[in-house]
Amino acid sequence: MSAVPPVEVEHHENYLNTSYGVWSWLLTTDHKRIGLLYLVSVTFFFFVGGFFATLIRLHLMTPQGTLVDAATYNKMFTMHGVVMVFFFLIPAIPTVLGNFLVPLMIGAKDLAFPRLNLASWYIFNAGGLLMIYSVMRGGLDTGWTFYPPYSSLYSNTHVVSAVLGIFIAGFSSILTGLNFLVTVHTMRAPGMTWGRLPLFVWSHYATSIIFVLGTPVIAITLALVGIERIFHLGIFDPSLGGDPVLFQHLFWFYSHPAVYIMVLPGMAVTTELITTFSRKRLFGYGFVAAASIAIAVIGFFVWGHHMFVAGQSFYASMVFSILSYLVAIPSAIKVFNWTATLYKGSISWATPMLYGLGFIGLFVMGGMTGLFLSALGVDVHVHDTYFVVAHFHYIMVGGTVMAYLGGLHYWWPKMSGRMYPEGLAKFAAVVLFIGFNLTFFPQFVLGYLGMPRRYHSYSPEFQVLNVMSTAGASILAVGYLLPMAYFIWSMRYGPIAGPNPWPGTGLEWLTASPPPEKNFEVTPVVTWDAYDFPNRHDLKYPAPTPGFTPAQTWPPE
Amino acid sequence: MSEAPYALQEHFRDLEQQKDAATLGMWIFLVTEVMFFGGVMLSYSTARYLHPAAFAAASHYSDPLIGAINTAVLICSSLTMALAVHASQLGERKPLVGYLAATIVLGCVFLAVKAYEWSHKFHEHVVPGYDFSFPGPEARSAALYFTHYFAMTGLHALHMVIGVAVLGVLLVRAWKGRYTPAYHTPVELSGLYWHFVDIVWIFLYPLLYLIDIHR
Ligand SMILES: [Cu+2]
Repeated sequence: MSAVPPVEVEHHENYLNTSYGVWSWLLTTDHKRIGLLYLVSVTFFFFVGGFFATLIRLHLMTPQGTLVDAATYNKMFTMHGVVMVFFFLIPAIPTVLGNFLVPLMIGAKDLAFPRLNLASWYIFNAGGLLMIYSVMRGGLDTGWTFYPPYSSLYSNTHVVSAVLGIFIAGFSSILTGLNFLVTVHTMRAPGMTWGRLPLFVWSHYATSIIFVLGTPVIAITLALVGIERIFHLGIFDPSLGGDPVLFQHLFWFYSHPAVYIMVLPGMAVTTELITTFSRKRLFGYGFVAAASIAIAVIGFFVWGHHMFVAGQSFYASMVFSILSYLVAIPSAIKVFNWTATLYKGSISWATPMLYGLGFIGLFVMGGMTGLFLSALGVDVHVHDTYFVVAHFHYIMVGGTVMAYLGGLHYWWPKMSGRMYPEGLAKFAAVVLFIGFNLTFFPQFVLGYLGMPRRYHSYSPEFQVLNVMSTAGASILAVGYLLPMAYFIWSMRYGPIAGPNPWPGTGLEWLTASPPPEKNFEVTPVVTWDAYDFPNRHDLKYPAPTPGFTPAQTWPPE
Repeated sequence: MSEAPYALQEHFRDLEQQKDAATLGMWIFLVTEVMFFGGVMLSYSTARYLHPAAFAAASHYSDPLIGAINTAVLICSSLTMALAVHASQLGERKPLVGYLAATIVLGCVFLAVKAYEWSHKFHEHVVPGYDFSFPGPEARSAALYFTHYFAMTGLHALHMVIGVAVLGVLLVRAWKGRYTPAYHTPVELSGLYWHFVDIVWIFLYPLLYLIDIHR
């Protein structure tokens, strides 16, 4: 680690030093502080989920399984999935980066409902605690999908407390989405028209639509599973006259759009990274904005592709297959626009850009293999194999987690006022990329060769690829621990960042780092388009070295 | 008292922006409620589609007349709620308090009737998962009717209880003269919520009581 001498903090009043003490954090209504509270929560859950992932990969080192028996293995992958999906991937980017940045980017003092925002954090943690309680009491083994009648009748594990935890955490999602929607509609600064909104905000707007429309459905569905289990009712249980396929419809009506809850914010971050570090106006602003909304809307009509072999009608499967192809179009539009933005841009290879480029590559891999799966015939072959596992990990880990880390690096100077160590961060980004591909690429091959998912053992010919995957996972773990360590280090020892170290064009870069409690000394009046690099002569060029504060003129002429 | 500066939260520019935000927030909340109730209604529809005869037979345990009375009570409460909103817009304190009180009373009447119906079902041993016996071969399927009956009316009653509690808070504040023509958003938005809960019942009544009425 390079020995940068700690620089004296320049004393401006900001959201971090305006008040001290535990209660000033636990009772804060400042969206920036709540963003950091979420950062602590989701990081915790990330490591809980990661712990189970570690156990899974260690177990699968040998064909007969090294660590646990079959029943325990079922619990391992269930808890990995449940914790990661509901308590990390879904909330991570919106609640941490979205909370922190949406008001800043639109020039508002806060979200529309600050107390509701704080309440969302408590609700999230209450749900999370119930989940941890279920894990501590012995866990659950239903898979993250909670399919009845197994979940409601046969499983002997802690299903009720787990679904209650997800039910409660769901309200945190709903309220966050509601808060974002209202904020974007009513709190924009003068001159910040819809056509000037950063695409980060557009993507979060689209995400919020899914939060608001989808989450209530999973809430009521899991509530029904809980009720069915407690009172032995037959809503989904065929032996009592219920319909198990109904559950799958309701579950996937939310859980497919939930994939876009996870990836749209990742696209949001990537769009900002690509344009900033290409120092070029984003290619096709309108298309990218519209693509976000299109993904949110079409995403609600493709859920049946999870049920090709679940007994839905053949015609339904055909329609869902075609619609699933359709949803690839807006995603592809985004990828093409990012690529066109890179073309002839003055690209700088800062750490966030490495993550941004990593996102594009891995997202394309995940997306293209998604097309294999939406093809009815191919899906029947690879259904429930490691091919599917690899596919969604490319989207969720390669996409969402990469973007989340890229976003954390990019806005860390804004959040903390300090820079992270650039060299080490680049190294970690490369380690992550290599570790990720080594972990999950072999799983594509495994799935194609026919290794089924969710089994605690496998035939010996799959061992080489499994060992490769486990080796990759341990490299990946190093890649996750490094940023954790140097972010904490940089909070005290990192060089002072200044208001706009990259420089970026969003409103968030026009205020101090860290921002004052009410975000802006004077409410900004926006007279320029998003990403207007060509006309922003106030931004020094080329990008200054981190730690150097470029001169800021305000307002820009 | 035409201006109420204490009502403006500091992150808003003015009361108008604050009101826009609150109103949109309530509408979006109601959309989430539609999705929430929509899940149970889909479940109901599926079960009824699979077991039409059992649903028809079981629906005779719910008295359409009592349901109709309760429907009338709720519609009246929506009227008094609308009048309360009107009074708050004009800043008429006493009518506002009166209409809010009337709405609360009507809401409580509805809940009391509901409680009577529920206790009746307990006496008739048609509570699935607790005490259930139903004559004939369709007992298993009829249980699904009652499951949905309790889930849907229970969910609705929970919303009613929350609504009555919210109106209670409004009543106290209205008594203190907090609401003026310049600031009465809470009354308006609670009104929106109340009407929504009312409309849900308008759907529940035919779904649960009137399935087999023509026979
Ligand atoms: Cu899907």
